[in-house]
Amino acid sequence: MTEAQKIAHLHRRAGFGLNIRESANGQIKEHVDKILGANKTYNALFLPGEEKVTTGELLSMDKEERKEILQDLAANIKRLNLEWIKEMGKAEGQLREKMALFWHGHFAVRVRGYSQVEQYINTIRKYALANFGELLMAVSKEPAMLKFLNNQQNRKNSPNENFAREVMELFTLGRGNYTENDIKEAARAFTGWNFNEEDEFELRANQHDYGVKTVFGKTGNWDGEDIIKMILERKETALFVTRKIYKFLVNENIDEQRVLALANRFYDAKYDIPTLLREIFQSDWFYNEPNVGSLIKSPIELIVGLNRTFGISYTNSQPLLAVQRVLGQTLFFPPNVAGWAGGRNWIDNSTLLTRLSLPKKLADADQLDYAVKNNMDDENPNESSKPNPKFRLECNMNWELFSKKFENTPEDQQWQALQQHLLASKNLLKLPELLAVRLNGKSLQERIKLMSMYITRTPEYQLA
Amino acid sequence: MKRRNFLKLSGLTGSTLLVPGFLKAFEGQLAKFTGKRLVIVQLSGGNDGLNTLIPFTNDTYYKLRPKLGITQDKILKINDLAGFNPAMDGFRRLYDEGLMSIFNAVGYPNPDRSHFRSMDIWHTASNSDEYLNTGWLGRLLDANCPGSENAWHALEVDDTLSLAMKGQFKSGFAVKDPQRLKQITSDPFLAEIEKNGSASEATGELSFLYKTLAQTTSSAAYIAEKASIKTNSSVYPQHELGNSLKQIASLIAAGMESGIYYTSISGFDTHVRQQESQNRLLGVVSDSIYAFTKDLREANALNDTLVIVFSEFGRRVKQNASNGTDHGTANNLYIIGGGLKKAGMQNNLVSLTDLDNGDLKHTLDFRKVYATLLNKGIGFGHEQVLGRNFELMDFI
Repeated sequence: MTEAQKIAHLHRRAGFGLNIRESANGQIKEHVDKILGANKTYNALFLPGEEKVTTGELLSMDKEERKEILQDLAANIKRLNLEWIKEMGKAEGQLREKMALFWHGHFAVRVRGYSQVEQYINTIRKYALANFGELLMAVSKEPAMLKFLNNQQNRKNSPNENFAREVMELFTLGRGNYTENDIKEAARAFTGWNFNEEDEFELRANQHDYGVKTVFGKTGNWDGEDIIKMILERKETALFVTRKIYKFLVNENIDEQRVLALANRFYDAKYDIPTLLREIFQSDWFYNEPNVGSLIKSPIELIVGLNRTFGISYTNSQPLLAVQRVLGQTLFFPPNVAGWAGGRNWIDNSTLLTRLSLPKKLADADQLDYAVKNNMDDENPNESSKPNPKFRLECNMNWELFSKKFENTPEDQQWQALQQHLLASKNLLKLPELLAVRLNGKSLQERIKLMSMYITRTPEYQLA
Repeated sequence: MKRRNFLKLSGLTGSTLLVPGFLKAFEGQLAKFTGKRLVIVQLSGGNDGLNTLIPFTNDTYYKLRPKLGITQDKILKINDLAGFNPAMDGFRRLYDEGLMSIFNAVGYPNPDRSHFRSMDIWHTASNSDEYLNTGWLGRLLDANCPGSENAWHALEVDDTLSLAMKGQFKSGFAVKDPQRLKQITSDPFLAEIEKNGSASEATGELSFLYKTLAQTTSSAAYIAEKASIKTNSSVYPQHELGNSLKQIASLIAAGMESGIYYTSISGFDTHVRQQESQNRLLGVVSDSIYAFTKDLREANALNDTLVIVFSEFGRRVKQNASNGTDHGTANNLYIIGGGLKKAGMQNNLVSLTDLDNGDLKHTLDFRKVYATLLNKGIGFGHEQVLGRNFELMDFI
């Protein structure tokens, strides 16, 4: 692998691939520094011109008004989805968005209140590159989380264990590293964790169980924060989280010893996320052949990757919501609290064909011709599932700028150069005769477009 | 099997490395089409069971549904206690002909009232507090035909594949319009891509992708060919479900070797002005399935086919202020076919007085029905698919 290919690999994993304006020149170390450095600042995601409607305000409305506002808010979640996609497409700061996507799947929630969704995703984005302990504490106090995992019903004398269970099973320790009794007792410590009408976290003292609890063999007057701290003290948490990050950023096939070593240092670094990421990105093994092109891109990675590579600008990006649905990953609508399964789960006959046709639909700004299953959507299960004219993509690929990358490449080497630019896979494709014929006498821009539209429609392009 | 191991197999831990021993043990045993099939008809949105099969002698029903309650004179009575919605003459006839089994108060412990979550539970056959990545029919495929290259063993008539049809190693095949799919997969560039793939030494995920692509194009060709052989004689409602069942009937008549068919109809989330929309939809369901059974009988396939009609939950007993009903719990389930050992009512009607916060209590776990369908319907041990043992019923 050339240095440039390694750098491209880094950007595919640490982000969504190089943006049309970025180049793979330079040294790996410089790029790692740049990626980690560019991600120091954080800006909240929001909908321009939209005022926040709190739960309290909703409650004070009359029925008709509330219904109308709720419909607007449901639409706002979709708009925020597209805003985030847009943010992911921007030139810099991709590591934050990539990790936020990871944490969104890790701390998966699915609620209908727009302001709660906005607040939740911004907490995730804000702490995505901070410290796992802080992230865990902040997300645990998000109204979206407390609502989704029924902690509003978790009260003294009638505990609801849902939140306590998922915190241990899915967010930190993993199965087998806690007992049923730990969950029962921890649930008592989280009683009264709730939020007010302004969607701010609050501990409701009259619902909180102030009694003595025994968790992980320790007995004390524990509250929810104590439990989270005790969970973080346990090395199993570092291992569980590191494993999952490794699967997301490196390879689904785990090198156990390597993960254990990473987890130990993650734990010693007090769960500092950038320390862990830097170690991964600066390791030689990260660039070894078995780890390159070994992941199947998630639908979001595929969509955002295309947007970045070809500098796609949208006048109507609404249909991307339908694309996300059909491909099985809609932001803010994870399938359940366990998040997206990922890997080969993304692929079946229909998602594969949709993936292979997507680049051309974008290039032609074409109408999506498939029906979307939306009966799983709690918002609008009665909505028609027929192909809809509003699914027409309105977008432009920047072929002029993209083809400039190859203006100094001799014609007979463009096919290969383009593949090295677009694919993570080491398998090189043969130039099909059908295509070779069509390239004859075409301009650089035309040639590059025709070849790109072939390369991006291959199984190879599904790999990162 | 230990619960833990099962969860691993169900994809909960996401490990794709190991081919579990039991799958190997079953390899080949049922790799061939057994001649028996299941046709799943999903009513999406939460069908109101109480206005589908109406307990017309129950005063509570009329008391809690002053506007929505269907009056006795309109009900298509099937016995002294219950009768079908007036739009469901097809169902009444199927019942009278001994081609239908009715299951009352079907559900699961700790019911979830969210559409997508409850549907996931029905699709994965999980407990309400566990999350599986694979569906019950997908796991059937995993265990049934792990080595098979034929992706059309389980067919969903739709553009996308349901979770129920996704296994860890194998998945069903989604196709809405066989001829259109054939056309898409006949794209010469796709053929080039496939050729390139078979020439390359792809391994790992890439080889998996190429294999899926090859299965897709070959299956598309096979299905399109089968779909062009037979035309049906029955008249189906002009509706998506009618079209889907018509499609399935013609594939079965053409000798398609597929054991599972899946189709759904949406629109049952009737919070507002329920009567009109639900009656219309139930009419479509009833007429479509009636036409379907006629076609199957003609094709000599009715005795080997079981149609299962379910919804993710029922609705609350009490109507709401908008002449609709809100999300509820237990519901009816219907099985239609020629080979029923015990047709008719399988258990007592659901109680309208013994409620859980205004919601019906389930008395029959849907997984018992699944287990019976797997063991007795298509002849496959259900424990491997459902992860534990369920007592079998005697309707087939």
